[in-house]
Amino acid sequence: MNALSAILVIAQRDFLKLLRDRTRILSTFIFPFVFIGLLGGSLQASLGSVIGYSFLTFTFVGVLAQTIFQSSALGLISLIEDRENDFSQEIFISPVSRYTIIFGKILGETLVALPQGLGIILFGFVIGVPFTVASLIGLLLAAVVATLFGGAFGVIVLANLKSQRAANQIFPFILLPQFFLAGVFNPIVGLPWYLDLVSRLSPLRYAVDLLRGVYYAGRPEYDKVVLADPLTNLAIMTVAFAAFLIVGTTLFVRSERNR
Amino acid sequence: MIDVRDLVKRYRKSERNAVDGVSFTVGAGEFFALLGPNGAGKTTTISILTTTLTPTSGSATIDGHDLRTEASAVRRSVGIIFQRPSLDQNLTAEENVRFHAVLYGLYPWRPSYALMPSAYRRELQALADVLGIADDVHKPIRTFSGGMRRKLEIVRSLIHRPRVLFLDEPTSGLDVASRRGLWEHLSRVRSESGTTIFLTTHYIEEAEQADRLCIVDRGKVVLNGTPGAVKARLVQEYVLVDAPDRSALRVELTRLGLRFEEGVHLRVPLAGRTVHALLQAIATPLTFVETHAPSLEDAYLATIAPESVS
Repeated sequence: MNALSAILVIAQRDFLKLLRDRTRILSTFIFPFVFIGLLGGSLQASLGSVIGYSFLTFTFVGVLAQTIFQSSALGLISLIEDRENDFSQEIFISPVSRYTIIFGKILGETLVALPQGLGIILFGFVIGVPFTVASLIGLLLAAVVATLFGGAFGVIVLANLKSQRAANQIFPFILLPQFFLAGVFNPIVGLPWYLDLVSRLSPLRYAVDLLRGVYYAGRPEYDKVVLADPLTNLAIMTVAFAAFLIVGTTLFVRSERNR
Repeated sequence: MIDVRDLVKRYRKSERNAVDGVSFTVGAGEFFALLGPNGAGKTTTISILTTTLTPTSGSATIDGHDLRTEASAVRRSVGIIFQRPSLDQNLTAEENVRFHAVLYGLYPWRPSYALMPSAYRRELQALADVLGIADDVHKPIRTFSGGMRRKLEIVRSLIHRPRVLFLDEPTSGLDVASRRGLWEHLSRVRSESGTTIFLTTHYIEEAEQADRLCIVDRGKVVLNGTPGAVKARLVQEYVLVDAPDRSALRVELTRLGLRFEEGVHLRVPLAGRTVHALLQAIATPLTFVETHAPSLEDAYLATIAPESVS
């Protein structure tokens, strides 16, 4: 009961921070709109007829997954910033389990990422991405899984970084290649074996593919777009989530205390 | 209440021990001050005692709980005011307090202040009245003055009724008025709750208020005792005297068995006597008398290594 209250209060703090930071709300929408509108739109114009499915829709689902995954991963990494502002001391000094703290943080960043996901879906409506009620519900559920997974990925990155400066410098190198390896904008069917291997090691790939699997279910493009069955992706993400959380939290706490 | 034995901490990649074999005890309800220059190991000691840092060796217990094996019980029995403010600037004063109260399991989580149990709302109002911020308690922290934030932190750290309150240089960065206000607040807290206070500071006048103080320098305990005892141990109190007939004065002092040193005037250590008794014993007419009682600052500067002073 105490642990649940602690998780909720930590999560609520992150959500309140989002609500009170209007510039952050605005800026989180700009990138997805640029990616989907410009990149998806222009690729659709040049390649759409060759590839046999809508590039705009393909990019839309990819960017949706990538945005929420990235948002919650970055949110977890903000624990470093908290530490530098000494707010995390207030959290870490409390008689609450470290796992509870990290889990509360993941939940909070999920609450921050999901409204962004909703904004992108609304944008999808505007630019004419086709939706059915089933695909909408599926996307929302898959989005929750993707944000939780992004948060766990953030924990494992966090555990290996020393400062916010290091995080700002290193995180793009960890994330940007995944944009392409996970096929956010580009189809990754038929990659050479070495790129395929790295692609399979990219956590973002499973989040993107899960959302596509759910969105394209029952559509004729399904076989051309989706790499693996949603249940397979879900299983991989569940195992990786647990591993990231346990290993990441242990490493993070150890590096905090054994300075 | 606090028992520290042979505590050692060496940071990774460091050549020397930040805390180097420190031992001391603090009694229940005591006001204990850890005094030392910057880099003496004060914050490191507090971090270890509040379980956020693992010691390299040595042991410590707080309220009977071992730091290594009962970290959770230790966390429950301590409150801490960090050197740098640890309030969330995005939250209101009330939200900061609520966050702490729920995290410590005092109240269950509720989505908003209005839905919190009435016991919590009563407690908050009482705290706000003590701080004189009843009207501002739902305003963001960033509208508060530095002194007010510090007081709010103290209020927040006390709501789970810790047995020991750690304050790590709480007044650094505060102006004189805020500093005085903070101390008045703290002494009220002490007299009302009987909380043990563990203070680190490099302000001597703050340490002088303590029941007991411990001077640390370069990770080691240099002196430990009441402020009075520390003063007495460090610098002798003495009286400077002189007379037109200095040789007669010398003879008399020698006859009385009083040691003295030559100088511009004769310097006579009091060695436990009162100034009055000393002067009464001297029959030679004196033309110059000056008593010298060391301040704690003198004692402090005489104690710590010269390199630490620069």
